[in-house]
Amino acid sequence: MTAILDREIRAYFQSPLGYIFVGVMFLFTGYFFFAYNLYGNTTDMRGIFSTLFAVVLFLIPILTMRLLSEDRKLKTDQLLLTAPVSRTAIVLGKYFAAVCVFLLSIMSTMAVAVVISHLSKTEWPVVFGHFIGLILFGNTLIAICLFLSSFTESQVIAAIAGFAVSFFLMLIDTLAPVINIKIISRGLEGLSFQNRYTSFTLGILNGADIVFFLSITVMFLCFTVASMEKRRWS
Amino acid sequence: MIDVKNLTKHYGSKIALDNVSFSAKEGQVLGLLGLNGAGKTTTMNIITGYIGATEGTVLINGFDMISEPAKAKASVGYLPEQPPLYPDMKVKDYLDFACKLKKVKEGDRERHINRICEQTGILNVCGRVIKNLSKGYRQRVGLAQALIGDPKVLVLDEPTVGLDPSQIIEVRTLIRELGKTGTIIVSSHILSEIKEICDRVVVLHQGRMIADGTPGNLSGMIHAPNKVVTWVEGDPDLVNMAVSSLPMTCTIRETGQKEKGIYEYEIKGPENTDIRAALFRAFAKADLPMIAIKGGDISMEDIFLRLIEDSNKEEEAK
Repeated sequence: MTAILDREIRAYFQSPLGYIFVGVMFLFTGYFFFAYNLYGNTTDMRGIFSTLFAVVLFLIPILTMRLLSEDRKLKTDQLLLTAPVSRTAIVLGKYFAAVCVFLLSIMSTMAVAVVISHLSKTEWPVVFGHFIGLILFGNTLIAICLFLSSFTESQVIAAIAGFAVSFFLMLIDTLAPVINIKIISRGLEGLSFQNRYTSFTLGILNGADIVFFLSITVMFLCFTVASMEKRRWS
Repeated sequence: MIDVKNLTKHYGSKIALDNVSFSAKEGQVLGLLGLNGAGKTTTMNIITGYIGATEGTVLINGFDMISEPAKAKASVGYLPEQPPLYPDMKVKDYLDFACKLKKVKEGDRERHINRICEQTGILNVCGRVIKNLSKGYRQRVGLAQALIGDPKVLVLDEPTVGLDPSQIIEVRTLIRELGKTGTIIVSSHILSEIKEICDRVVVLHQGRMIADGTPGNLSGMIHAPNKVVTWVEGDPDLVNMAVSSLPMTCTIRETGQKEKGIYEYEIKGPENTDIRAALFRAFAKADLPMIAIKGGDISMEDIFLRLIEDSNKEEEAK
């Protein structure tokens, strides 16, 4: 697994993709920092983190689009799948590579927090709560998009499918109230990423929210392994 | 070393492989021969565990590819039809990655990679990015990847495609060399190549195995032909007379003058009859020197076409 993790992280930075992803995240964080904190004269980082939700939603599919589809296109999956490495290790290696790049990209928020702490007293537990929320949410989305990229050998299709899912996750909150079949509307409400994430940005560290994100992550990682396994037999 | 039993593979309703079984021992180079779409690549993909068979088992070194994949895969090196290269990586980094995947000990890696680069003749491109390499070099980097970890079983899908003639000879020599200590499965549709490097040939056609034997053996499977091509010095009329004096009825056709006074003839006798000796005596009696005689010895091309023809006939008979 470490071999794949190592190669994938290098691959992100051998092409412009890694730099662009990290750069764009830094850019948005910087801008929101200016707009909310510096311009708005506040130490409250809620603004930054709640807007980053939408940014992350639309950047993650770009981060993950190549993970499994590129291997199919280049036929390098033949190298990975015929080596003495399990499918689970391949999926985890690729997943954690994307997670590492994502973590690097959201380090900008920590830099912002440090800057704020120099200007005024910072409520670190709240900031870490925000940060944990963002990590959990991002990691979950990475797992979902990784699953999507296992279906196609086209990176573009993987990205578009990712955007579609992101868009759905964004709209899910406006969808729930207009459906009058109770089970469906309750179900959609329960699936809302935004509700779960918002509680983190409000400074609430709720065990249920953590379990929600973690369980969806694990579920989609299992789906990804299963999807690769299925392709072997079809 | 390799034991393939009753492999069957369906792609939807299409049958890609139909009950293929063979085994290969250590020190054997086994050739998979077949036209495009005969099932060579599918067979290799199943042997290396890339895809699963609908039915049947693959044992590598005694380990089942499905139930003990890690152990089975550890002793297999695979060069697929399209070498599995990451174009953005440098050759050395790529081979290092392959070492890590195949769990080569860290201390040995440098030496191991150098040795394999030397074997495959890619030492001079070690530091270059793969996407800038020519097709021949890419093919050889792919081969180097398959050799990483010194696997006991090598599966090479058309290893000499894209190489220039001198490289082809080098790679064939390398394959023969490696075949002395390990087991190698090579696929090809080039019959002369198989004949040159393999001790054993399995012929596939439309997913079915139509022959299994040594290249020599395969020629023996086909009856000695009753067709002879010969160059005879002398008047064509006399040659025609000599042929008509043969105890069996033969047809003769002149195919042109080859040298001054020497003509080439194609002589065909009745099915399943060896006419060569009789022909020789007849011409000697008529004082017509045979300058050259061809026949009896048939090429792999003929064998292959005959095998396909036979299997088609069998099919029709069913």
